[in-house]
Amino acid sequence: MDIPRHWRLNKQRYALVGEVCEHCDAKLFPPRDICPECGKEAKTLFQFSGKGEVYSYTTVYEAPEGYAEQAPYTLAMVKLAEGPLVTAQLTDIGDQKPAIGMPVEMVTRLLRSATDERGMLIYGYKFRPAVAQAAQAA
Amino acid sequence: METTTHDHEHVRLLKTEHPVGIVGYGAYVPRYRLPAREVARIWTAGTGGLPIEEKSVPGLDEDVATMSIEAARNALARAQIDPRDLRAVWVGSESHPYAVKPTSTIVAEAIGAVPSTQAADWEFACKAGTEAMVAAMGFVGSQMARYALAIGMDTAQGRPGDALEYTAGAGGAAFVIGPGEESLAEIESSYSFVTDTPDFWRRQYARYPEHGQRFTGEPAYFKHIISAGEAMFEATNTKPEDYAYAVFHQPNTKFPQRAGAMLGFKPEQVETGLLVPRIGNTYSGAAIIGLTAILDIAEPGERIMLVSFGSGAGSDAMVLRVTDRIAGKPELATRTEEYISRRTEIDYAEYVRMRGKLTMK
Amino acid sequence: MTNVVIAGIGQTPVNEHWDLSLRELGLQAMEAAMQDAGGLRPNALYVGNMLSGALSHQAHLGAMLADFAGLTGIEAAAIEAAGASAAMALRVGFLAVASGQVDVALVLGVEKLSDQVPAQVESALAMGTDADYEAEQGLTLTAQAALLAQRYLHEFKVPEHGLAGFSLTAHANGAHNPNAMFRKAVKPEIYASAAIVSAPLNMFDIAPNADGAAALLLTRAELLPPKFPHPLVEIAGSSAVTDTLALHDRPDPLTFNAARLSVERACAQAGILPKDADLFELFDAFSIYSALSLEAAGFSERGQGWVWARNGAIHLDGDLPIATLGGLKARGFPGGATGAYQAVEATLQLRGQADGAQVPGAKTALVQSLGGPASTAVTHVLKVFNQN
Repeated sequence: MDIPRHWRLNKQRYALVGEVCEHCDAKLFPPRDICPECGKEAKTLFQFSGKGEVYSYTTVYEAPEGYAEQAPYTLAMVKLAEGPLVTAQLTDIGDQKPAIGMPVEMVTRLLRSATDERGMLIYGYKFRPAVAQAAQAA
Repeated sequence: METTTHDHEHVRLLKTEHPVGIVGYGAYVPRYRLPAREVARIWTAGTGGLPIEEKSVPGLDEDVATMSIEAARNALARAQIDPRDLRAVWVGSESHPYAVKPTSTIVAEAIGAVPSTQAADWEFACKAGTEAMVAAMGFVGSQMARYALAIGMDTAQGRPGDALEYTAGAGGAAFVIGPGEESLAEIESSYSFVTDTPDFWRRQYARYPEHGQRFTGEPAYFKHIISAGEAMFEATNTKPEDYAYAVFHQPNTKFPQRAGAMLGFKPEQVETGLLVPRIGNTYSGAAIIGLTAILDIAEPGERIMLVSFGSGAGSDAMVLRVTDRIAGKPELATRTEEYISRRTEIDYAEYVRMRGKLTMK
Repeated sequence: MTNVVIAGIGQTPVNEHWDLSLRELGLQAMEAAMQDAGGLRPNALYVGNMLSGALSHQAHLGAMLADFAGLTGIEAAAIEAAGASAAMALRVGFLAVASGQVDVALVLGVEKLSDQVPAQVESALAMGTDADYEAEQGLTLTAQAALLAQRYLHEFKVPEHGLAGFSLTAHANGAHNPNAMFRKAVKPEIYASAAIVSAPLNMFDIAPNADGAAALLLTRAELLPPKFPHPLVEIAGSSAVTDTLALHDRPDPLTFNAARLSVERACAQAGILPKDADLFELFDAFSIYSALSLEAAGFSERGQGWVWARNGAIHLDGDLPIATLGGLKARGFPGGATGAYQAVEATLQLRGQADGAQVPGAKTALVQSLGGPASTAVTHVLKVFNQN
């Protein structure tokens, strides 16, 4: 059931909590402990805003094990406003078409569908088209 | 119609030692909409009247925890407080993702309120949200805590083909309850009216609820709402004209309109909070999401009466007064109307898949 | 360091071998290689494999295969670097012989991807990505390559079907390889109308998962009998480099930096420039990998690698033949065993034994395997060996 493995990542998964390097101010997600920019120790937690834009996207039709119930789903690489790139699903797209450059915002959602009636529910970050814009488009 | 059986001498108002109120509020409604005519198309060959226009449907990756997290983030954005200053995170629902393991701890972790916080899940059919609010009033009003977060949120289900399937929607709201002097709306008092009335229930391992059909009306919904409302008028010495808005539990369009009229409110007073035609009955979120729509446009000094209803049965009534601090607050987070107008229509087949009504094993 | 020559090679066809287990597949390739080397017996076995644990519930492949091949007692271990596992095993074998510590090293790449259903295989292959931050989001290797391709096409304004040539060339070459999974050329119209698997990649942009085993026997030239039946091929350069595991952690996701560095170092060791190679067995698990590998090796500017696919320059008779015996696309993708196939095929070319797929006069080959999108890159330079 992978209980400890998922539990250790609660802050990162639920809230996009990364690190800021105290030496060079680089914002890191996910947390790495050794800053890839300056090579020094980075341990201070940093809360990302969740705002970003789509760097690339693709729709998965042939899902790997455990994800079939969600298929088809759209994956993206999202460039966070603070700099890092993350891989995550796009959600709540509705009838909008994903596009490179589309502004998105982080939401906390189920990473695996709840059809397994006995297992733990896994929550994590996904990104959706910014809501204020959706209302304008409607 | 005999609607009230209360004895005036036994009306007991719930009032706090110290003033309390809503410091921040937030709503959430998922994107997808199932028109009521789609349910009729499948189950009644398209005949019969429709109790609402359409209801909101949660996405495959949404549940009460994810929706509560978003509403809570909106409430915190408006409250402008540090989440670590919350001393309680309470979620009321009848569709908690786990039967045992609180939704509240997931929400508390996600919003950064852990570890020094009380957390618990609440249940009382559709009034679990206002229950959490009343308890939060006590927590804050007794100065056990400066801030407490109370949430009512649901993704409740109706049995396929049943009357409830037309209206069982998804959504709700979150409120940061805090000191009166920091509130954008003070909660002046509350009153709870409760009896053991079996109008609607769900047994432990049952998937869908049972209900008494017409019994859910007069002896349940109307008796409790009207009794609580009238008791409130009496105990606070107020009349319908003293209120700018009234909002009730809204299981369909007609019931809250009728309850309003029975209590003496005009349709214009009930209109703003009446969201059920467009998002359906959001159960524990129903009355309170109506309240957020009101707060999005209310002016300082205006009074609001809220009366929830939970089957089983009971009503929580509250009188709120909007303060000067409302200025600038609505725009700090997504407004309820923005969520409502964000819509993607689905058909019954997509709905069945999304609501897990297909057996995948 | 002493010379390291490839004295024997062996391979099974690449296919879905329902009737052959991991150990049986491995044995076939090992026996073929030892026989090809005139019966030379190894004192070490290095096995390149990625997924035996996940898909066959079998770990400890070194001991298992040495035992099953009647080599019980020799030094043996499995080496894992995702898709570059066998290439990394080849490097380990090379280092063992070059150091003088091991006289004869048997390098085996073996993998079975057909014993589980595709959804499980995709999930297992995704273990080569960042499990916590890529795979957990539902990412597969294919989806990851699609994300790369989508961005590449957007940034460099590549015309529609701009990557087709990589696939078409591989299939044309595979027609000459009796061990290839797909042995028919594919017409451009077929590519153009193929089903999209994960936009923008269609079925032909993605190498097929399969089973296979290939082996090479490495030793020092002086340990071989004087009238050795095959022209000898030496490993003249060998380099392994890593990059960030996750694609999203790259400062520039569209550059295969590890591939670049490993080519530079392997070529420097071999005393050549990349353009001196007569053929390039690159890791065409996805058509986008081909474009990026060509750029990384210095054959194109950033964003221009796709141009190679257009004008026949990568054909057998072109300036830079790639995937000469079908590549991953047509010969097939037997997971972590692939690197051994690439080295075997390059050896056939340099021996002049590639028949219908022969690159005329091939003397030097560049061979590269990748783990993921070049999170690991292992490059070898093979040369015809001149004793003098």
